[in-house]
This record gives sequence, C-alpha cells and structure tokens, in this order.
Amino acid sequence: MQFNEPAGETLFDNAKIVGKAHTRIDGPLKVTGQAPYAYERYDVVEGQLYGYPLGATISHGTVTAMDTAAALAAPGVRTIVTTLDVEPLALGMLNVARLFGGADVMHYHQAIAVVIAETFEQARAAASLIEVSYEQGDPADYDLDAAFERLQGSGEPDTLYGDVDAAFRDAAAVTDQMYHTPGESHQMMEPFASIVDWSDGGQLTGWISNQMINWTRGSLATTLGIDKERIRIESPYVGGGFGGKLWLRADTVLAALGSRAVGAPVKVALPRPMMMNNTTHRSATVQRIRLAANADGTLKGIWHENVSYGLPGGRGENATAQTPYFYASETMRVKNHMAEMPLPETADMRAPGEAAGLMALEIAMDEMAEALEMDPVRFRIVNDSQVNPSNPDQPYSDRNFVQCLERGAEAFGWDASRPAPGSRRDGDWLIGQGVAGAFRGALVQPSGARAAIENGKLVIETDMTDIGTGSYTILAQTAAETMGLGMEDVDVRLGNSAYPVSSGSGGQFGAVSSTSGVYAACMALRERIASDLGLDAPAFARGRILAGDVDRPLLDMTVEAVESIEWGDFMKQYQKATFGAHFVEVGVNAYTGETRVRRMLACCDAGRILNPVTARSQVIGGMVMGVGAALSEEMALDTGRGMFVNHDLAGYEVAVHADIPEQEVIFLDTLDPIASPLKAKGVGELGLCGVAAAIANAMYNATGIRLRSYPLTLDKMLDQLSDV
Amino acid sequence: MSPAINFELRRRTFIAGTAVAAVTVGMSRKAAAQTAAPVGAESTTVFLTVNGEGRELTVDNRTTLLDALREHLQLTGTKKGCDHGQCGACTCTVNGTRVNSCLSLAVMHDGDEVETIEGIGAPDAMDPMQTAFVENDGFQCGYCTPGQIQSARAVLDEIRAGIPSHVTDDLTAEITITDAEIRERMSGNICRCGAYANILAAITQVAEDQA
Amino acid sequence: MRQFSYEKASDPGAAAARAAEVQGAKFIAGGTNLLDLMKLEIETPVHLIDVNGLGLDTISETEDGGLRIGTLVTNTVLSADARIRRDYPVLTRAIAAGASGQLRNKATTGGNLLQRTRCPYFYDTAMPCNKRAPGTGCGALTEGAFSRQLGVIGTSEACIATHPSDMAVAMRVLDAVIETVTPTGMTRQIPLEEFHQLPGDTPDQETALLPGELITHVTLPAPVGGRQSYHKVRDRASYAFALVSVALIRQADGTGRIALGGVAPKPWRRTEADAELPNGARAVIARLLDGATPTEENAFKITLAERTLAAMLKEA
Repeated sequence: MQFNEPAGETLFDNAKIVGKAHTRIDGPLKVTGQAPYAYERYDVVEGQLYGYPLGATISHGTVTAMDTAAALAAPGVRTIVTTLDVEPLALGMLNVARLFGGADVMHYHQAIAVVIAETFEQARAAASLIEVSYEQGDPADYDLDAAFERLQGSGEPDTLYGDVDAAFRDAAAVTDQMYHTPGESHQMMEPFASIVDWSDGGQLTGWISNQMINWTRGSLATTLGIDKERIRIESPYVGGGFGGKLWLRADTVLAALGSRAVGAPVKVALPRPMMMNNTTHRSATVQRIRLAANADGTLKGIWHENVSYGLPGGRGENATAQTPYFYASETMRVKNHMAEMPLPETADMRAPGEAAGLMALEIAMDEMAEALEMDPVRFRIVNDSQVNPSNPDQPYSDRNFVQCLERGAEAFGWDASRPAPGSRRDGDWLIGQGVAGAFRGALVQPSGARAAIENGKLVIETDMTDIGTGSYTILAQTAAETMGLGMEDVDVRLGNSAYPVSSGSGGQFGAVSSTSGVYAACMALRERIASDLGLDAPAFARGRILAGDVDRPLLDMTVEAVESIEWGDFMKQYQKATFGAHFVEVGVNAYTGETRVRRMLACCDAGRILNPVTARSQVIGGMVMGVGAALSEEMALDTGRGMFVNHDLAGYEVAVHADIPEQEVIFLDTLDPIASPLKAKGVGELGLCGVAAAIANAMYNATGIRLRSYPLTLDKMLDQLSDV
Repeated sequence: MSPAINFELRRRTFIAGTAVAAVTVGMSRKAAAQTAAPVGAESTTVFLTVNGEGRELTVDNRTTLLDALREHLQLTGTKKGCDHGQCGACTCTVNGTRVNSCLSLAVMHDGDEVETIEGIGAPDAMDPMQTAFVENDGFQCGYCTPGQIQSARAVLDEIRAGIPSHVTDDLTAEITITDAEIRERMSGNICRCGAYANILAAITQVAEDQA
Repeated sequence: MRQFSYEKASDPGAAAARAAEVQGAKFIAGGTNLLDLMKLEIETPVHLIDVNGLGLDTISETEDGGLRIGTLVTNTVLSADARIRRDYPVLTRAIAAGASGQLRNKATTGGNLLQRTRCPYFYDTAMPCNKRAPGTGCGALTEGAFSRQLGVIGTSEACIATHPSDMAVAMRVLDAVIETVTPTGMTRQIPLEEFHQLPGDTPDQETALLPGELITHVTLPAPVGGRQSYHKVRDRASYAFALVSVALIRQADGTGRIALGGVAPKPWRRTEADAELPNGARAVIARLLDGATPTEENAFKITLAERTLAAMLKEA
C-alpha cells in the first residue's frame, strides 16, 4: 500500500477498538512468568551449552597473547573461542566498534573470548582462568570540554540562516551558557541474551533479545560472512531495549561462534557488570547555547553548538537535533561536532539527539524567559512556529505545541506570575515548579505484515517486536478494527524473521509504521476476500462479510494476504514531529540539597492515540527515565583509564519506586492525516524529551540556583544553598 | 557555605606510562588458585518444595537458587536481571519471605519451601495481584514483572506484620498502607520501563480489595 | 566463582575451629554480600561453612538491661523488634534506610558488620586495589579516577574506601559490643569501636577478627534514651548507598552522641566531637572531620555532613 496523499475519512475515524483503552493481550503471559525471553527457550532446541564472555580490560590497544590452557582444562569446558582465533569480523549495520575477532581492542570490556561449557557455573569459572596479555594503546584525551574549545566555530554550520551576529548585537536580551549532559546507559532489565544454533555451519537460528529483526539478521550475515537467507531469528519477547538492542551485539556473535566451534546450540547472556562498557550508550555532550530575543519575547537568534564523542566513523549524540525545527527564530546557527575517543560505542538511546539536546535547550529557554521577565510558558507560546523555522516553505503536518502548553498549564495549576525563586517552602523543603517543551521527530519506516484467516482466527504475522511498547495489543486492535472482528478473534505473532519485514522498534517509528503495515495487509486481505467471493466492496462488521444479500461469517474462510506500507514522497513537503509540555514540581531540601520530584504532568500531541493505556505507559515510562537523567544517572568516566567505572546497577542509579511521584498524562485529541493512514504518530520517546530540563527549571525556581550540568546532584549546589 | 574545617586534598598519582607497558591479567589469580582447594564434594543433592511440589536436585555448590529454578527446573518466570542483588527481578518467596534468589545458594535451601511466579497463578487462573497488574498496566516489557509481583504481595504482608520501613513515621504505632510506604518498600525492584505509578495503582487496588 | 566444598555447621566453636583448619574457608550466613563478591571472584573461598543452623537467631535481654542480638538475626527481624523500636530507634531507622526489603530479609547482623566496601575499583578485578589485591595500588587515587562516593577521613594513601553499612553506624552510637568465638573455643568481646580497622598500609585487613573467629552476638548496652535519629543522604530516594549518613542521639540537655556513615572506612565517631553537640553542627563536624583528606570530587561530603546534622539538630 502506498501512502501517497493525506488520509481522508477512514474506518478509524469511527473506530470501535482502535483508540480505545485495552489492556495488553500479552499481559497474562507476562504476569505469570509464561512469556519466554531469549535465554529461556528450552523449548526450541535440545542440548544447549552455556557460553560465558570475557571482556578486555584495557581501553584500547592490542591483545598480544591469550593463554587458555588452564581454562580449557577446567571441569565441563567444551571449547574456548578467543578473538585471536578469529579474523576481525566485519562490522554490522551502523556499528563502528568491532564485536569480535583480531587483536585490536577498541574499548574496555570489548569481547575477547567466550568459554563454552556444560553449565553456567563452569563457563563462568573458566572464563576467569584465561590469561591475557595486552599492549595498551597511546594515552588518549578524554576531555570533552577541551574538545569543545578546540572544535567550537570550526566546520560549516549544519543550519545557518539570517545575520546571526547582528541579531545578537541588536537583541533586547541575550543568554549564553554552557551545558553538560553525561553518558547514559540503557540498562534495560533483561540483559543482552541469545541462544544460537549454528551447530553444523549451515542454517543459523538465533533466539535473540533484539528490537530490529531484519537489521540484525543482515548484520549477522555480514559479520559472519554468510548468506542472510541462511539465518532465522526469533525475538517474540524483549525485556526492554531503549535503543540498546537495535543492533547485533556480542552475545549473539559469541553464541554463534561458540555454537559453530562446539557443534551444539549455545546460549550467552552478557553479565550485568559487562553491559555498560561492552555495549552502546548515549554519549556525554558539551553544549553552548546562545539565545537572543526581542523585547516582545520573540527569538531573534538561536546559536547551538554541541560536541559529543564517538569512535572513528561513529555518530555520537547530536544534541542539536531539535534546534532547527522547534522554535521560530529570526536567525539561527547550529553546529554539531563529534570528537573521536577510544571509548565504548556511542549510539542511539531513547530519543537520540533530542533527549540530550532538550536537557540543555529547555534550560536555556527558561533562562531567557527569566531574562525577559516573561512566564516561561508564554515565552514558548510566543515562539511557536507552524512551519519549519529553518525552511519556512515547509509547513508542519500538524503541530499543537501551544495547546500542549496551555492545556498542561491549566491542568497542572501553573502559576504564570512565577513566584520568585526560593519563595515557597514546605518544612525543610524548598518548593519549585518548572516547565519544558518536548519535541521529537515523527519518523516512519516501511513495514509489512501477513494477514490470514486460518482455523477460525485472524492471524497477523510480522517481524515487528514488542519491547514493552504494546505492539501486540495495538496491532491486534488495528487488525480487529480493519476486519470488523473482536480482539479475541486476532492472533498476533511477532519477532520472527520468517514473517514479513516490519519497521521494527526504534526511533518512535514502530507503532505508527507497524500498525500502518498491518492495516495495509488487512486491506489487502479484504480485497482478496472480495475478489475470491466476487463481491464489490463488501463491508466487514461484527465478524461477517456483508454485501447486498451476502452475509457470511468471515472466520470460516481460509485466505491470506501479504502487504507493506510504503511512504510516499508527498510527506517530504511537510515537517512531521510530536510535541509535548512537561510540568514538574520538586522539593529541594534546604539543608542537604536532595531533590525529590513531587508531581509531574505531561501534555502530549502525537496524533491519534492508538491505545490510551499503552501510550500512557510509554509516556510515564519516559518521564521516569527523565527523572533518572535529571537526578542520578551518569556513566562515571575514569579519564585516566578510558572506561566507565560504575558499571553495574548499584553504581549507575536509575530511578526506583520511591523516586516517582504522582504522574498525569494528557493526550491532545489530535489527528495528523499526513503522518499515516491511522493519522497517528509515535509517542514512545516523546515522554522522555524535556523532562530533565523541567526538573532543572523547577529546581531553579525552588532554590534560585541554576544548574547546567547533569545529573543535578546535591554536590553541585551545596555551596550555593543558604547557610543553615 | 564554606566547610567547617580547612582540609588538604588527597594527593593523586598519575598512571604510569602505558604505551609501551604490556599488561597481563589473570596470572595473579591463577597463582592464588593454587594455594587452596575444596575439601569435600563440589556438588550436593538438595530437596526443595517448589510451588508445592517436591523436587530433588543435584547441583554444583555454586548454583544459586535463581539458576536452580531457571536452568535446572526450567522455571524461568523468575528472572535474572543483574545477578548481583541490584535489581530485584529474581525476587521469589522462600518459606514465606521474599528474597533475592540470585544471592542465595541452592545448596543452602535443602528442605525449604520456594514459591515462584508460576506457583502464584496461571494465565487462565491469575492471582488478584497478577490481575491487578494487567488491569493497571503495571509493566511494559514484562521482565521485572514476576519480581515486582512477588514483592507486591510480600509488601502488603510486611506492612500488616508491622515491619517498619524507612518512611514509617511512628515506629511504635500501627503502620498504615500509604503510597509512600508502598513506594519505599517496592524500591528494591527496578523497572527500567518506568511502570512504577501503575504498579502502585495495582498494589493499592489489591490492598483495598483485601481491606 | 571458584569451586568450593560446603558444610553446615551445628556448633559455633566447632565452626570456628573448622574455619581455621581449612585453608580458604569462609562462613556464609545471608550470603547477600559474599555471593555477590564470589561471582566476581573478589572473594574466592574454596570451602563454605554454612552457619545458619547455629541457632544464633534470637534477641535476648541482658542482665544490665541491654539486648544481646544473635549474629543470625536478620536485618528485617532486628529492625522490627519491639524492644529495638522502643529503646534503640536509631538502629531501626538505620537498618530500614539500607538496601531493600528482600535484601534485609536475608542479610544478618554479623554479616552486615562484615560487609565489604562498595568502591567501584574494589569491584572490578581488572583495576588496581590494595584492599582486594595488596600491592597493586589504589585505583581511586590516580589522576582522572572516580571517587565521588569514597572516603574523606580515616583513609590512607593505600585506600580511600568506605564501609557501606548503615546498621553499623547506628550500632556505633549505641556502643555495641561484638561477641565472638575463636577457633580454640574461647569467647571474646570486641567493642565495635575497635572492630573495624583503618586501612593504613594494609587495607586488606578490615576487622579485628582472627582467622576462623566467628561473630556470635552483638550486645547493646542498656538504653540511653534521648531523641534518636538517622538521616541518610543519597542521590536517589531509596536502594542506594549513603553519600553521608548521620546517626544521632540527643538528650534533653543538648548532649549526645553522633556517628557518620559514608565518609570513612568504619562508622565514624569521636567522643570529642560528641562533646561539641551543645555547640551546634559546625562545631561538631569541625571536630569529627578534623584531619579529613578528601578528593576534589568528594570534598562536598564535609559540608553535607554539617548541613545534615544541622537539619537534625534543629528538630532534636
């Protein structure tokens, strides 16, 4: 199905199922422990052996020797594959750190061996008996501030329009500050895990915890140098990803090589303490943001320059991603840099770019509002744009950011007169409120599905994954709605490379793309049925096919169709994005500087909400991640050693139950006919965007102390708090 | 505010020149390994009652209760999130008390009664807490969920048993079930998907139904 | 984790003798710290002596009006004991501030005292650490290292790790005494003050216990009354180790006792600092942390300790 023009009136506009609250159809399996995750697939293949990985313990350099004699002699050990046994493996899609093979070490905890043994305990014990000699590479510079100084002003701007210098010279108010965001780690609850059967070197089957079946299948083919058609991947349940499981990772490669070497299926999970340095993460950023405004509050100039780090050829974290598109400004200069550093690979983590960018930009907006003595809600409204600010000929498909701010402010009880910083108190706690805008692009990907009536059920098959996002449920809703069936009539099967290729889960494009793909497949099924029965445009309702005198049950048939959604060029005439406003109240302890969030509210504009239950969960989950990003999450870099020190869940503090207060989510009742046939956009990343800055702004309102370096921990403000 | 004392910062050293120095890791461990050896059997037969069913198992002494459940009994509802007591995904009930099964050896549980998520309810016969988690969307990816549910049930019991928590105001009064008590007591179960507010709603629903 | 043999002990003295006799033996009770460390091969016992069957899991009253706590009493049971809640509330508060509900259900009184540091350099066996591998250096004291969580006082050039316990900080202000049985069957009493050792040149030697010696009880002297509180400051609201914690007992006349957690290799108390309590937080901390040698990253703990105490004194 080609999506070649804006969606007109569709069956979703009178929906009975899509857009309605429905609990997760996979819920009963998950709450009873019956949903099988990758490492748990005893059912799929006999004779599984255990693989345990070994990580390099230098930041970069060379493995000069590995002695595996003692490990090989250890009880239960069947074989060991070391990186020196294998030619450097080719890089998978969009990855720049070698997963295995060869003597080069590119980062700490890069996989350098896997021990295959009969039991987990045996494999783990033997891994520590491997002796490794290294030659450490030349000392490296991990100073991102220095990198910013060095790179600032260099290169062609990514976005440049208007006379920026004049704008800053002639402005009524100017702000100019540096902002820092730390490295962040996905730390999904299910570790990276794979069972791979490549016993005979022929067909390879992998049961992998992975977000992107088709990408990973392709990357595995490239990495192992085999034909993609020989690879089958299953990933029906994924215990969280947040972008970390977009890629082929070492667990799969080690399981594959181990399986090949030992001639039996092998299962490998990355130990939690190895995950942070072995896998990908969100780069730290150093950002300079200058804003210039007219006295009426309209922005005269935006200057945003960012540096992050990455391995050669890598992408870093483009914290300027939102800046050319979010706010209207007379002039703009935006530039993103990446400094090369021998650190673990930096890649996508939930809302890559915007998450880190809005942590800074939305503080800057608060600072400018204060400089102008304007309500920060009003200031953002004044600078709304219905067109792409950096390309005014390109309108937004649908943008209701102002409504987000207004509805959110009203529901939250926002005080536009802004009590002075430090003026509200509840016992020992200084109380403050903050707001931030949220922006995240609305991407789409081609997405296919098979829809079939089989054995009295509507079966939907697609390689789409459900990483907690609610895919099972919204795809069932879409299929049921389109075919005039009930939810109980639909059997959704996901995460299998035998099924049609979907968008996969990432970039907030999964829900919109995969539901469109299922819609396309169901519409193709309807056409097929009409054609088979010789009917002209039959109706599908209440489980029946209706046309003239014909009235027959749909589920008695046996029929199938395979179709994809393809996205037409007309969409490029528009800028598409999702919007939100976050409102937060915090308490900052006047004595200790501890910050606790007291309540949170998000108002979101993301087109049709396919299921308010699962969509709300996505947003509150993003808000929780935003609390962690604001207050505690930081990958602690040892700049002498080039490794992240706090590499476990005790050292890297994500938010816990006690950190999270009452949360309210409002979805605007918007439809975006340019976004997709369902007039829907994604919402999975929007919930995170801007949250941390809203907290930072609330902390400023509480204390009068402006922190610009995340996480916003008490040590950064203790010397500025009033004497006690 | 200036510190109460004058102090000197502790001196730091530079890491010795690294470019030419070869580093070997593992040798010292091997040397240590040779100094002592086990003095008895390295595996043990234990008898557990799991979800009401007697199970005899011969396990490597190193096998945790978690791995005994997952890898030996193939009861994979109890999850391995961190294997170090830092996430709570492995929470299950031993002799009526919730514990981190990753930080307990199977060999130490001979004769014990273990209850896992599989013993609490099944998809077609869910426990009220499981139902409440579904109804309140108290999970997303589902991986921490069995541990959350185990803790959720235990938390209500622990409050009723009068066990105080970090947020209990009056240590000598009866403890009431409040949002703050539930949040604090659930904090050993991390949910990276961030379903905390919905989990609280689920637990509150069950607590009110039981009241 | 290395292979080990395993036995259940049934008599404290025999257990101690056995632990001294078998090279590389260790006791295991709750296991919540030991197993964590064994998985990482930071601890590598070849023989485990399970002491859970020793019956040391009750709390009894002593002749002088105190309480004698069996080493196997779990953190949960200890924190919930009505006598502790009534007469030693600082102990309940400290225990409840630590770890998580399910960890406290398993962790024991003796094991809590024997917890090892949470220094990240101790936890990564590829890093230098004089505590884990004597002579390799202190990973936290090299240029560019991460030391925000680590100690500011009582530390040395060899080690700046902290003791992570909350419970022990409360026990320190309560003047708890540890009872042990030695491999020769002797019992001895060690004041908590003398139990944890400062690192000096030998940070691997953490306690006053002799090889094989087993903690059997912890005794609390008769209640001292006063207003008792424990304030733990951390980045997230729960399930995190302290940046700074303060255990405080304050009498109506303004005198009292104070100990700090999160700042030193042991629960940190100085009687001369106790004496400053009537003079306010600044005076107390000036005495208590005199001689501190923080790193740039953790110097904030000095100010934090003062401000935390100030908040507590205001209420006391």
